[in-house]
Amino acid sequence: MKLPNKETTIEAAIAQIKDGDTVMIGGFGVPGTPMTLIHALLAHGARDLTVVKNDANEPGMGIDHLLQSGQVARLITTHLGLNTHAIELMNSGKIAVEFNAQGILAERIRAGGSGLGGVLSDIGIGTELAEGKQIVEVAGKPHLVEPALRANVALIHADRADGFGNLAYRATAQNFNPLMAMAADCVIAEAEQIVPLGDLSANDVHTTGVFVDHVAALGTLSKEYAVVQR
Amino acid sequence: MVARAAREIAPGMVVNLGIGLPTKVVNYLPADFPVCLHTENGLSGIGPTLSAEEADRNLIDAGGAYVSTVPGSAFFDSATSFAMVRSGRLDLTMLGAFEVSATGDLANWKIPGKFSPGVGGGIELAQKARRVVVLTTHTDRAGNPKLKETCALPLTARACVSRIFTDMAVIDVTPQGFALVETLEGVSVAEVVEATGAPLILPETPPAQF
Repeated sequence: MKLPNKETTIEAAIAQIKDGDTVMIGGFGVPGTPMTLIHALLAHGARDLTVVKNDANEPGMGIDHLLQSGQVARLITTHLGLNTHAIELMNSGKIAVEFNAQGILAERIRAGGSGLGGVLSDIGIGTELAEGKQIVEVAGKPHLVEPALRANVALIHADRADGFGNLAYRATAQNFNPLMAMAADCVIAEAEQIVPLGDLSANDVHTTGVFVDHVAALGTLSKEYAVVQR
Repeated sequence: MVARAAREIAPGMVVNLGIGLPTKVVNYLPADFPVCLHTENGLSGIGPTLSAEEADRNLIDAGGAYVSTVPGSAFFDSATSFAMVRSGRLDLTMLGAFEVSATGDLANWKIPGKFSPGVGGGIELAQKARRVVVLTTHTDRAGNPKLKETCALPLTARACVSRIFTDMAVIDVTPQGFALVETLEGVSVAEVVEATGAPLILPETPPAQF
């Protein structure tokens, strides 16, 4: 037996994204942000997107390109503090922003990727983040219902992959990637290196290729992946 | 203030240092001090901050600073990172503040109409760390007290703050309200009382200085 091959080109994979899709994008700051897939989505031009991402990167980097191009109608996120452009777009009403507590966003995605309806938590009770949320009592304590999140497409950045789509991440580039890689109908991973089947040890796989639909190799990394000079 | 706050960290603790002033606390910990620093973007065992030349492009803390590992560090995803926070594995977190109330309510994420970048991991840290201490200037830039009877700004979490380190004093949040613990050298008790926007319980003997 041999595991199937899912290698494709970045462009062919991104071509499947449609207007109005919900797109999850991995990354926390630069580490783990699939910069090349984002640029391909920019070139592809799909509009009216709902983007789910921890943060909005920084001006001129990562998903800031998609915000500036007007392709994003709605952003589900946790913190925009490093992107003044994103805050301006939110304040002027050009994009709708839904803020989540960071770990709750992670759990909503994990639930979506686990076939669950949502999670229960007491995070944010007594704050404005609880407004409008359903409350249920479990073991005598109130909990907010946090609905599961799924996407049409997830864009993932991995350090190493094999042709089946097994993925391994580096350092803090892991963040939301393994969670989002479980939570979309179509999971597209870019990898800094695609190695032959078996070269990525079964012990070192963070995301099994079962969750991954397409994997594409990155050539020379663009400067957006580099250390940010501040 | 930062040096004094660093003494709050006991050997063996797991600690999350919030973005801003709290991050500087690490500079006051001896190199061989036994502590595990956690950052919510997925690292336990934070090592020294690195310059751009030394940095690993894949290794940052939650504030975006390029950091390093120490022997025994571990990486994990965002769900695992907050599982640690919510399940009570964080002994201590140090956070910044816009306002702290006399009952320990914390407001540190939003100033309506002026500043609303999102809460990030702040709510979970404030609500679930076993001990929450705040590092802040005693007053805002206009000289208004940050320690108040009640918070006017949107809350991060209710009744979560135990102790406040400011540029004037160390103040505990007690069931009876704010209680003065120590003053900065050169600052009088009367000055602290004047700069605090709620009643301050004073010690029976003059407070220690730091």
